[in-house]
Amino acid sequence: MSGKNLLLTEEQRELAEMAAQIVNTELAPRVADLDRTGEFPMDVMEILRNSGFYGMGIPEQYGGLGFDNTTQMAIYEEIARVDAGFSFNFALASGEFGILEDAGASEELKKYYADKILSGSVCSFCLTESQAGSDASNISTTAVREGDEYVINGTKCFITNGALADLFMVFAYTDKSKGAKGISLFLAEKEDGVKIGKTEDKMGLKLSVTSEVIFDDVRVPASRLIGQEGRGFIYAMHALEKARITSMIHALGIAEHAMDIALDYAKVRVTFGKPIIKHQGLAFLLADMQKRVDAARAMLYYSAAVLDRGLAVGTLSPSTKIFVSETAMSVTTDAVQVLGGYGYMKEYPVEKLMRDAKVFSIFEGTNQINLMVSSGILEHMK
Amino acid sequence: MKQYLLTEDQISFIDMVKDFFAKEVLPIRAEYDEKEEVPMEVIKKAMDMGLHILDIPEEYGGAGLDFLTYVMLVEEMCKVDDAFTSILNAGSIACKVVELGGTEEQKNMFYRKVVEGAFVGMCITEADAGSDVSAIAATAVRDGGEYVIDGTKLFVSNGSLADHYIVFASTDKSKGSRGISAFIVDADLPGVSRGKRESKLGCHAGDTCAVTFDHVRVPAGNLLGKENEGFKLTMQTLDRGRVKVAAMAVGLAQGALDYAVSYAKERVQFGQPICRLQGVQFMLADMEAAVETARQMVYHAAALIDSGMPCSRAASIAKLTASDNCMKVCTDAVQILGGYGLCREYPVERFFRNAKTYQIVEGTNQIQRMVIGRDLCR
Repeated sequence: MSGKNLLLTEEQRELAEMAAQIVNTELAPRVADLDRTGEFPMDVMEILRNSGFYGMGIPEQYGGLGFDNTTQMAIYEEIARVDAGFSFNFALASGEFGILEDAGASEELKKYYADKILSGSVCSFCLTESQAGSDASNISTTAVREGDEYVINGTKCFITNGALADLFMVFAYTDKSKGAKGISLFLAEKEDGVKIGKTEDKMGLKLSVTSEVIFDDVRVPASRLIGQEGRGFIYAMHALEKARITSMIHALGIAEHAMDIALDYAKVRVTFGKPIIKHQGLAFLLADMQKRVDAARAMLYYSAAVLDRGLAVGTLSPSTKIFVSETAMSVTTDAVQVLGGYGYMKEYPVEKLMRDAKVFSIFEGTNQINLMVSSGILEHMK
Repeated sequence: MKQYLLTEDQISFIDMVKDFFAKEVLPIRAEYDEKEEVPMEVIKKAMDMGLHILDIPEEYGGAGLDFLTYVMLVEEMCKVDDAFTSILNAGSIACKVVELGGTEEQKNMFYRKVVEGAFVGMCITEADAGSDVSAIAATAVRDGGEYVIDGTKLFVSNGSLADHYIVFASTDKSKGSRGISAFIVDADLPGVSRGKRESKLGCHAGDTCAVTFDHVRVPAGNLLGKENEGFKLTMQTLDRGRVKVAAMAVGLAQGALDYAVSYAKERVQFGQPICRLQGVQFMLADMEAAVETARQMVYHAAALIDSGMPCSRAASIAKLTASDNCMKVCTDAVQILGGYGLCREYPVERFFRNAKTYQIVEGTNQIQRMVIGRDLCR
């Protein structure tokens, strides 16, 4: 086993083990098939939801469990070890309650959102557009006030859970002339007339469904403006600052899974008369992979602890994002290498992990954008 | 293409290959990757042009190109599609084994078929003999005027297309690698059966499968060279195989880099094409340095092979450098395209999946390090 966070409390460990047991029984045997068909197993989500693992971060006063980031990540880590596409979608589906708090949304809206999620709704975060990826303020979706409603128009792309969602946190310009300060955030619902465009055929993370989301004269009540007009971009940046840490738990799960497989294989595969782990060239490669996994885990849980104490994360957010995603990419690439020709074949699970890993260097801000964020912080640091 | 130091002939060959691949292969590469099928019609067209016999000596009907020119053309092909290229050239090392070990009669017979378009599969690897060739368990037992071959070979390139196999089997178990012999085995002989095409991370159009030989009787005249000299034949062709796949990796990496550069010039973020952003420009510069370094290693090793000088270390360095750099460059090409890079609509997703091949085939990069390290420490 490639190791665990040894600093978890007994309660956290028990919760993580319970989640692990569910996905090992219900999901693990189906992962290879679902990877081929590109489906999200709603039934597994249902089982996890019934066991209380859905919307865990929603505060107790709104009916949730109020788990901190560390606890949630310990649980998601176990799910991601089985399939990161599933765990990523599952984690995002219960959405971003923190945004509502950050935005100072009305009690009414917070309660409305929490009730929806806790009764099984799926949420999606709609920021990216075809010409606004890294350059997020370059979106062209608009929201125009008409009486007691906003009318939203625009097309969002690469939206995780888009096709499964009934709730959409959508960023749109309410005043284009103000640049990033003219972006506002809304909660739209499927029944408001949100449409789904094409679903992407991706390299990896196939269990995670990624689609276009189309807003064509979608009318939402003014009460579903989240926070204040013109502050949407700031809410997005705050959400991303946190997500760049929490989302990387899924990348850690991939790296750990790859490490476990490579290690098991290296102990049984015999070349030149002995198991390959007895060849120093290979043994050192494995040790180096484990070094990266250990460092990534330590960094992630350190950053989570900083978030949980409400301290400013600063460069830790982009640094963690970059380091953990690079670790997932390099450890999976090396795991295929350890398995040699077998590693390249779909019969063995590591080629999938390599395909799954790449996206973590790209979403939540490409690693280049994260370098920009980090160097920006450094430049203004006293 | 870097045109410095190239001869007129090389330039015109390269132009011919470039033209064919742009017209015939580029439009179909994504489709056949998706379908996991061999684009046989276009392969036949390439064969009509002689692209499958570039390195076969002129006296046997081939183009007789020197190895350096040959790898330049392989590189050019792989800029467009390495899976397609692998179907065309998978038999080239097997042909070299025949050239080195075969009698005049064997060569005439074998090359005539290859020139006419027969596919050849090289059968070395087994379940327990990948990196460690000497662990081959397949056997060939002499029985009167025949040999009886038994064993299962894995990951045979062009395995399900092949009309002929070059099979390495043990004729004397007690001698280990010094007891291995090579045979020409026709695919239609009783007892030859092929497994299903492997489903792989990348090179989906390429054809890879297991081939089983169950009491296959071949005439003694199909033995290549002397009994127990098979391992020597594999060793003599190893360097070529390594430099060839290194050239494939260089071509693939160049294809990925070219695409990333053209995208970076078009894609506008923060009000300008992303290629003007220094962070992106430096990534592209590192990619270019990695491709060019690998290319020069490959050309150097190929020139050594043409000169007949010992070149095992150079071949291993070329293979190691070119494939590691290719993996890095293709990974970064996906990165430059961001979310689009992950989508099957764009070619870099395929380049990335295909790139991993080259760190594994023709001796994993761990084996290359072993070769280089042992050579240093002799």
